[in-house]
Amino acid sequence: MAKQFMKGNDAIIVGALAAGCRAYYGYPITPASEIAHAAALHFPALGGVFIQAESEVAAINMVYGTAGMGIRTMTASSSPGFSLKQEGLSYCAGAELPLVVVNIDRGGPGLGNIAPEQADYFQVTKGGGHGNYRLITLAPNGAQEMCDLTMKAFDLADKYRNPACIMADGITGQMMEVVEIPEAKPVPYDHTAWAVDGTPATSKNLISSIVLEPSELEEHNLKLDAKYREIMANEALCEEYRTEDADLIVVAYGVISRIVYSTVDQARAEGLKVGLLRPITLWPFPSEAIAAHAERDMRFLAVELSTGQMVEDVRLAVGGKAPVDFYGRCGGMVPEGAELMNQYRQLMEGVVRS
Amino acid sequence: MKVYEKSHSFYEVFERKSGPAKEATHYCPGCGHGNVHKMIAEALEDMELTSRTVLVSPVGCSVFAYYYFDCGNTQAAHGRAPAVATGVKRANPDSIVISYQGDGDLAAIGTAETIHAANRGENITVFFINNAIYGMTGGQMAPTTMLGQRSTTTPLGRQEHVHGNPIRMCEMLSTLPAPTYIERVAVGDSKHVMKTRKAIRKALKIQAEGKGYSFVEILSPCPTGWKMDPTVARDWLMDEMTKVFPLGVFKDESDNVDEGSWDREFKPFDTDQVNAYLDRLKTSMTEGAQVTLKEDLHCKFAGFGGQGILTLGLFLSQIGMRAGQQVSWFPAYGPEMRGGTANCSVNLSNERIGSPLVDEPNVLVVMNQPSLDAFEKTVPDGGLIIVDTTIVQGKPDTDRLNAVMIPASKIADEVGTPKIANVVILGALVAATGAFTPEYCMETLRSVIKKKNLVEMNMEAFRRGYDFVKNQ
Repeated sequence: MAKQFMKGNDAIIVGALAAGCRAYYGYPITPASEIAHAAALHFPALGGVFIQAESEVAAINMVYGTAGMGIRTMTASSSPGFSLKQEGLSYCAGAELPLVVVNIDRGGPGLGNIAPEQADYFQVTKGGGHGNYRLITLAPNGAQEMCDLTMKAFDLADKYRNPACIMADGITGQMMEVVEIPEAKPVPYDHTAWAVDGTPATSKNLISSIVLEPSELEEHNLKLDAKYREIMANEALCEEYRTEDADLIVVAYGVISRIVYSTVDQARAEGLKVGLLRPITLWPFPSEAIAAHAERDMRFLAVELSTGQMVEDVRLAVGGKAPVDFYGRCGGMVPEGAELMNQYRQLMEGVVRS
Repeated sequence: MKVYEKSHSFYEVFERKSGPAKEATHYCPGCGHGNVHKMIAEALEDMELTSRTVLVSPVGCSVFAYYYFDCGNTQAAHGRAPAVATGVKRANPDSIVISYQGDGDLAAIGTAETIHAANRGENITVFFINNAIYGMTGGQMAPTTMLGQRSTTTPLGRQEHVHGNPIRMCEMLSTLPAPTYIERVAVGDSKHVMKTRKAIRKALKIQAEGKGYSFVEILSPCPTGWKMDPTVARDWLMDEMTKVFPLGVFKDESDNVDEGSWDREFKPFDTDQVNAYLDRLKTSMTEGAQVTLKEDLHCKFAGFGGQGILTLGLFLSQIGMRAGQQVSWFPAYGPEMRGGTANCSVNLSNERIGSPLVDEPNVLVVMNQPSLDAFEKTVPDGGLIIVDTTIVQGKPDTDRLNAVMIPASKIADEVGTPKIANVVILGALVAATGAFTPEYCMETLRSVIKKKNLVEMNMEAFRRGYDFVKNQ
């Protein structure tokens, strides 16, 4: 069988290996540590690099070094550690370096706890570091996607020369599922035009995010902005389940989308026309797919493991054309299906049942 | 006759530099950076290293080192140059990587990166320009500012009990086993400039020969920051700074280290190699017939840590995987794993699985009393509960639930070890649900149990659990 039963965190490394990632730099933190464990096992066995860095800050800067060579590289952490990487990510975005960073989101703020949360949505999608930049952000909701979207993240990072982020929650990282082991294919990108890899072919190049002249820095920012607009136009992804005729579309990503999925058929059996829209990319956000539904008489409910972050993007997408409600749990509390059913019933009171 | 000219490791014209003066550096008159740049450039050219050199420039006055050096240039965040250098060197061991840093960068905001790159024995060269002041940001106190020295943040002079003492990096780093070469030099007078030149070359040679980490601290004047005439600054450097920062070699293992001993392996991406490796990560399980479940299994397994609760879940999951079902396994994770209770949620379904969490299990296994107390009520009417009666004293509500009361730990002990009570339970679960034939499960277990000498004992345990239910 070309399959293995594995944790989401392990599947990330399988995807990374298949994508041609050659260097991993990281720092231990629950619930992301399995990613480092797998990297420590597999990268050196293949002649690649694994370093347990002295800090999250050092890890992302080692990534900066290798990414600047045009070699696929990554780091992974969980919320407090991800916060520490923000400086480095800003530099990487400014210097236009392709790399993948993983955030297995846990409870915050501060040290919080190690239970699952989605409260890093703002930090991840709005640019947690300084300056005008964005992270391309993919949100897997199962072990197979942890693998597949990691591969996709490397491709997107290279295509746009920008950091890409895998944003997952503690459950998706810790859960085991069946994963189809992918096939490694050559990396189709040639980096010699910009990378600095210590060979004569690239010795005229410069990796830098410093642009002293205000007019030139503005130009650089506008160039980045044009790139981000292109990504927004081309790369937004979502999955929909029974949304065509839904009176209530629940917008949820990551593990919550799985719980919502469990409730859709159940709600329909009660006569509640519920559907699920799951953003697969959090940035770019699938605003158009959401807005398309707002043209008819229906409403949205955003469900998150936060006090309400993605819901702001849903509201922006909808532009006031349909009601947008929110339901969230946080601190590591995860809503049960029955709890969501109650929300649907309350929201849809008075809606004509079919 | 030797013609002295600008090193070819410098750009002819400094096109990256803004403003009109593209042939002069941005450094102030009397600054030491220019001297050091020149000596590094000449060394790179003479040693024929330039085209494979990556110079990592820091934040500080030398942030613009990339204006000048005609080699690969990477500009790093403040203090992070040794980490960036690590990322470059490890991914191309044939490159020559220089981390060029000032005192604030290296010995304040980047202290951790400095120490740990040294401690790993990265095969890089660090040139540390110590001028006892922050130049670029406007003359503030550096970690190496001298006691009594005035700066814009020590207007009354640096005081030991307020600001701490000047930090001595060569002395600190030389306590580490890994570094090969650590020396402090000064560009104060021509004699010491020549010593500096020699130290720079030696450090680069050590790297080029794969002999490991080299660190050269260069005491360097900053007439602007010190508010001194350049000649007075050079005197102060030699007379005062060297008292706190004594010159000399602090560590030199270059004659005791073999060439190449600090070279690290790096292989570029090879799809054939990776695919062969990924093949080995695939399951060892043999192909099996596809099995359709009569009813989805939503299981909760709970007990003490060490009873094999999580493994019970893994075994059942792998049987489901072999049978072509959708499967998920989720453990209660974190500190809970380290003693106390353990539980996991396992779903087996013919259809795509929604929530991986099991709030209302139709199969509950309890291997200790607290688990019975906590989870019995979550099982819907008519659900299956399997209780290890060797350990659990309480009784579930048998009117409401389909209960299997099995002395699993006792049976396991009879088979060989109480550690395989979980497999006894698995046998009982399979018998009670009828989800799979016992032969199918045992075939699967044979192919997934890693310790081959334990296979037969596990088969026996499974069979005993299965028969216990069937014979009731």
